[in-house]
Amino acid sequence: MEVENLQVDIALAAGDLHAVRRVTFNLEKGKTLGLVGESGCGKSISALALMSLLPTRARRQASRLEFAGRDLLAMSEEKIMDIRGNRMSMIFQEPMTSLNPAYTIGDQLGEALLCHGRGTRAEALDRAIFLLEKVGISAAVRRLKQYPHQLSGGLRQRVMIAMALMCGPEMIIADEPTTALDVTIQAQILLLLAQLQKEFQMAMVLITHDLGVVSTVADQVAVMYAGQIVEQGTTEQIFLDPLHPYTQGLLRCLPIPGKTPRGSHLGSIPGKVPSLIGHLEGCGFANRCPHAHEICTRDEIALIKLQLGRSYRCVLSLEECRQNAGQELSR
Amino acid sequence: MSRLESPILELQNITRTFTVSRGFFRGKQPLYAVRGVSLKVHKGDVLGLVGESGCGKSTLAMMLLGLLPVTSGHIWMDGKDITGWNRKAIARRIQPIFQDPYSSLNPRKTIGQIVSLPLRVHRIGKPAECRAKTEEILDLVGLPHRSYASYPNQLSGGQRQRVAVARALVMKPEVVICDEPTSSLDVSVQSQILNLLLDFRKELGLTYMLISHNLAVVEHMATRVAVMYLGRILEEGETDQIFQNPRHPYTKALLASVMIPQPGRKIPDTQLGLAFPNPLELPSGCTFHPRCPRAMPLCNREEPRPVILDTSYVECHLFGPPEVHAEGPMAGGAVSLESL
Repeated sequence: MEVENLQVDIALAAGDLHAVRRVTFNLEKGKTLGLVGESGCGKSISALALMSLLPTRARRQASRLEFAGRDLLAMSEEKIMDIRGNRMSMIFQEPMTSLNPAYTIGDQLGEALLCHGRGTRAEALDRAIFLLEKVGISAAVRRLKQYPHQLSGGLRQRVMIAMALMCGPEMIIADEPTTALDVTIQAQILLLLAQLQKEFQMAMVLITHDLGVVSTVADQVAVMYAGQIVEQGTTEQIFLDPLHPYTQGLLRCLPIPGKTPRGSHLGSIPGKVPSLIGHLEGCGFANRCPHAHEICTRDEIALIKLQLGRSYRCVLSLEECRQNAGQELSR
Repeated sequence: MSRLESPILELQNITRTFTVSRGFFRGKQPLYAVRGVSLKVHKGDVLGLVGESGCGKSTLAMMLLGLLPVTSGHIWMDGKDITGWNRKAIARRIQPIFQDPYSSLNPRKTIGQIVSLPLRVHRIGKPAECRAKTEEILDLVGLPHRSYASYPNQLSGGQRQRVAVARALVMKPEVVICDEPTSSLDVSVQSQILNLLLDFRKELGLTYMLISHNLAVVEHMATRVAVMYLGRILEEGETDQIFQNPRHPYTKALLASVMIPQPGRKIPDTQLGLAFPNPLELPSGCTFHPRCPRAMPLCNREEPRPVILDTSYVECHLFGPPEVHAEGPMAGGAVSLESL
């Protein structure tokens, strides 16, 4: 998957909402990209844009949007339907609401395969049973005849994963796949996803606000704020050598067991996310940034590329960023 | 360490049973949501209550707040039996902060009305005093005075949760029950609310019961931790002991499943098996045995009894009392935890 300067604008009565601005990333086969950020930062909209599932009010632009060498921008809706759910698929956030309560698990699982004309009904059911067992659901044959309300949250999320895998996709977009689940189930689901990913050599975009999950699962991390990627790098780089003031601030907000003294004050990021409606100028984080200069509120901030896959969007130099990180730690 | 002063809040063998319908013509069936919970909370403590969803954490909180009657057992506060007190009387001493500040604030009332409602209900002060008190508490939680006349939909999630904190504190309660106070908030806002709660604990000498599934938050905030599973407390102890030396296999699995924001760790394998059991069909013996990686034949037959070790307690046959313990590998007390 190659994305360059992805932009999504949503037309509202109050003006255009610039939900995603100049998002660029590459994702290799078999790798996981963690997309992190707080609510409203454009993570989910980016995912929908990749899947061509945006609401009609939204406009998508990009200088490049390629999936397995094919240009998604130029593709007709029919061609995209051919790919979507087939070669790239999505795991949605809420297993409670994304399954259709009126159809059995078997019907819903089989649908993807039948739609794409990849097999007969019997083959679809065989594949469904195979995958349900793969995702750790016991008595798979019986489950096919059950309805979503008969399953627990953990089981439903497993069904969602099995459904995304029905056609053997090359890429999966998982939007908060474990947020609604208990930590014990979360660990199991993530372990399972990692195993399946290895087995089928899938690429994965993992969208989450849980930095703990990202640091454990992802190979690469992109931190989003106010519709932009503010920093990108390998998981080690982002967590051990954060450069952007927002990433640094975010990491200070979390208590780290064994490191943060109990009951001590946690870091916080004062202020709030700016509105993304209308004309935007300067850095989106300027109003909350402890290191903001006057220039930050005026000029468009360029992305500074350090090496392949490592970049940040800030006026500060690399040395200044590292110095800030050091100060944060000693504070 | 045994505390000399008496606990501010003591639960004695609290149970709560619901009756659920099995369907048409099939009669009713009891659901044991809380099955004999005994706990002591001392003044100034923060008791973290952790466990998977459906384990009875929130039911327990509702009983403490007087929102649900207890089926049996007693709740003592400062040596007085407050079981069966009406909600209004309990509300003066125990107050809640709920999870979702979007649905727990009435959208048709202003912030001033929401925060001052407890004062008006209990007829404390004249309207002018009431307003002064409300503004004082809004100051305290870091909300501007102008928010007095705002409606909840004009505030951000973090601000709404500050309103919820203000509403809980305006009565100057002794105990505050925080049911997932930050789980619907963003990381940068979560830390602000936690800081606020920590400050109030110090300044107002509050006692908290913190219900959360975020174990990193519990470890940071709590002085003591209780681990709940299917309506019972399986292990209780000081935070350090629970997090560094967990005894119960369930506590271990729960802690192992936490992912902390530091790279280079593997995805944990909890070995818990699949499903959380159906609370309508409680497993025999120790309710955790079907998922327990260290289950013994005994666990299937006999319910473990609480074993008290120093300042903590654990309910597991691995630490069972000697007479029940014949089949178990080790006695309580000096247990080598590496072998677990």
